[in-house]
Amino acid sequence: MWKFFHQMASPPYFYRLAATLIPWFAIPGLILIAYGAYAGLFLVSMDYQQGDAFRIIYVHVPSAYLSMMAYMMMAVGGGIGLIWRLKLAHAVGAAAAPLGAAFTFLALVTGSIWGRPMWGTWWEWGDPRLTSELILLFLYFGYMALRSSIDDTAKADKASAVLALVGVVNVVIVHFSVEWWSSLHQGQTVFKKGTMDADMRIPLFAMLIGFSFVFGAMLLRRLRTEVLFRERRTRWVRELVLSPEGGK
Amino acid sequence: MKPRQQRMLAVGLAVVGVAVAAGLTLRAFEENMMFFVEISDVIAGEYPSERNFRIGGLVVADSIQREEGSLDLRFSVTDTRCELDVSYTGVLPDLFREGQGVVAHGRMADNDLFIADKILAKHDENYMAPEVAESLGKHVQDQTASLGGRSSECETG
Repeated sequence: MWKFFHQMASPPYFYRLAATLIPWFAIPGLILIAYGAYAGLFLVSMDYQQGDAFRIIYVHVPSAYLSMMAYMMMAVGGGIGLIWRLKLAHAVGAAAAPLGAAFTFLALVTGSIWGRPMWGTWWEWGDPRLTSELILLFLYFGYMALRSSIDDTAKADKASAVLALVGVVNVVIVHFSVEWWSSLHQGQTVFKKGTMDADMRIPLFAMLIGFSFVFGAMLLRRLRTEVLFRERRTRWVRELVLSPEGGK
Repeated sequence: MKPRQQRMLAVGLAVVGVAVAAGLTLRAFEENMMFFVEISDVIAGEYPSERNFRIGGLVVADSIQREEGSLDLRFSVTDTRCELDVSYTGVLPDLFREGQGVVAHGRMADNDLFIADKILAKHDENYMAPEVAESLGKHVQDQTASLGGRSSECETG
């Protein structure tokens, strides 16, 4: 068990493993997204109140889900990095942050586009769900800014890990905001029974899993680059780059 | 304690500390975290009188009265216990209809009337096909027929 973890954390081993794993994430992910998008846009019936506008849920919910998951990965990676001094765990945070920010942005934009015709507003200050999701975006920006402002990788890792851990409380707030307080944003649909017809729900789950897989593939790809950069002065990277395959 | 355990404790305490601090702050500002005030609270007199605020509830069936040739509108909003009259002039969101959840921003006039300057439609967490909705009898009238009238549970302040 421990041997496996030690092996995983060894940069050259991880670098090769990630390359093998990427297609196993990317291909099923893309197939699921292709199915989910087609079913969601063309096969599924429209909503009894919102008409066709509800179909944006097939992008909005997976994006919002990943905006929180990416942050949790960043925070857990930071925590493991601080406690066990595992460099690879810090690299996970560094690789996940821009992806998380992108999905947060996508969730905010799709929500806004839906909100204009349905609620009658692009944006409402004071809504706890909307505001906490925007704070999540700013936390990602802060995390990336902090990282890039410190030249020493070890110091940058520590400082940004602390920031990521402090921000976890906001992810909890994003999730429970619609339950704790009155809000314009509707409550939980996805994991609640009886809120959505099965034929509407199945493509949504396909999109959720598909988005997660593609996120995994993108994360692994970014991690490989991150590992290569962090290990740029080591012998294995030198050997890898000078080898006939040239870093494959 | 080993250094690793010390770090574990430090990380754990930091996360718990931030959570407690955030929890206490949010509790202190609970009123401001609420997007809208419940109708029952408005009727009971628990609303900010010196500034504008939002109310939220369902539009009562058969309560919408439009002024001919203008955008003036009057309707009642209920939280299934209490009812409040709302007046509004302007354009309404697509989802605005009887039985629909709405959020109105504005202020209280003295005579139990809420004067709204902005109406938003609130959508619930239910999604279904029109045919399904029909077979479930999800007709607006059915849904709010029982919501009309001020029930005995409603306490005025």
